[in-house]
Amino acid sequence: MAHLPTLAAVTTGLHANYVTVLLFLLFGIFFGNLALGVAKLVRPSKPGGEKGVAYECGELPVGSSWVRFNIRFYLIALFFIVFDVEVIFLYPWAVVFRDLFPVAGSLVFVEMMIFISILVLGLAYVWAKGDLDWVKGLVRRDGTEVSGE
Amino acid sequence: MESITGLLTKIFGDGMSPMALLISGGLTMALIMSLVMAMCAIVFTWMERKVAGFLQSRYGPMRVGGFHGVLQPVADMLKILGKEDIIPDEADKALFMLSPFVIFIGSLMAWAAIPFAPGFIASNLDLGLFYIFAVSSAAPAGILMAGWASNNKWALYGAARGAAQMVSYEIPLALAAIPVVMATGSLNMNAIVDAQGGGVLNWYIVHDPFLFLAFCLYFIASIAEVNRGPFDMPETESELVAGYHTEYTGMRFAFFFLAEYANLFLVSCIATAVFLGGWHPIAGPVFLPGLVFLIKAVILVFLQMLVRWTLPRLRVDQLMHTCWKVMVPLTLLCVLGSGIWMMVSGELL
Repeated sequence: MAHLPTLAAVTTGLHANYVTVLLFLLFGIFFGNLALGVAKLVRPSKPGGEKGVAYECGELPVGSSWVRFNIRFYLIALFFIVFDVEVIFLYPWAVVFRDLFPVAGSLVFVEMMIFISILVLGLAYVWAKGDLDWVKGLVRRDGTEVSGE
Repeated sequence: MESITGLLTKIFGDGMSPMALLISGGLTMALIMSLVMAMCAIVFTWMERKVAGFLQSRYGPMRVGGFHGVLQPVADMLKILGKEDIIPDEADKALFMLSPFVIFIGSLMAWAAIPFAPGFIASNLDLGLFYIFAVSSAAPAGILMAGWASNNKWALYGAARGAAQMVSYEIPLALAAIPVVMATGSLNMNAIVDAQGGGVLNWYIVHDPFLFLAFCLYFIASIAEVNRGPFDMPETESELVAGYHTEYTGMRFAFFFLAEYANLFLVSCIATAVFLGGWHPIAGPVFLPGLVFLIKAVILVFLQMLVRWTLPRLRVDQLMHTCWKVMVPLTLLCVLGSGIWMMVSGELL
């Protein structure tokens, strides 16, 4: 069985902060339900008729509402993941940068710049390939781009 | 939260066990932060309508509550409470009901680490700043849930765009705070604020030009992050009806509304703590720290409102272009430049 922290350790010291975070989470759930409960007492409830139909500016909806959407959203999520992981690696380095500089000199900085430059290469590639454009550029059959927005 | 636990010890004496003190202190702070969020919605909706009015050469609300319509938001809240809760027939009920909670709780949890005053921070995490960014990342998930569960094509498009926008702008937002962390050597919010003590020249915004640029980029990214101002494509009134919250009525809609204004104040509070010296005044000793912090945060909120009512909306492709082709390279440049400045200026030795 894993070693669990004692009650004393949980209420003081480092763990106490995370207990507060948990309390915020639980209180948020409680507060939300409280607000909705109060509203439930006050509001009318007459379901049925046209109210349940999906809103499409007054027209009846045509087709399923769970439509396919463009793959560019997936690409943006992909780029976000890559750069978010980069940010996650940057934060611990930023915390120790100040302490390591007197010890290791500019090597601390250069190392991280090498890391960032690899990812900047990735960004440059994606940019050059046109994946950052919301609307892909129009290209003629022979490969020349049609100018104009 | 030494101030709250100190107050509780004074009221109830020394007999409280550490566990009881922690739980009661934590719940009190959670209650205070929820009330702060509610007050944000009330005060800032009024402020927004007045600011919008005066920028457009008209008065805003004038009648409700006598003086300049101060009770207008209260009247709005009472009206919203009385609206019928309509859930569309084919909607995904569980997700539909869950998504306002996800957005509200994502915002509330981030308030746990904001340093309002020396003893008045709910959770003095050593990971403070990183925790705030991590927890605010729940919002795009909530938005996607809301759009998907609504059984409405336009809500889904609005949600997809909204999530794409919020997720894209998290990169410059988090990157812009990195030079500050480099200068402080810690992610603890109290440590970041304390490192800026002793007058306006110690604030990070004037620490070096790259940090000033980082502040500007943080400000712009934060406006985009809360789906406001020129970046409100996901909820454009003229194009997508109301975007991802089209099908929400009554109190559930009020949650989105509340979370938007609470997020607005949250990112202003973060900018105040991280760039503008937190509770430290421009000069002199620390005096009324909570008030100083609030004044700075409200000035930033006012700036955000000015920006919203002055600039036209960005198209979605301009939005993405701004983020990935302008702001991400510029924030990386800030990290580079700040690092070099700090090494060369000798402050690290």
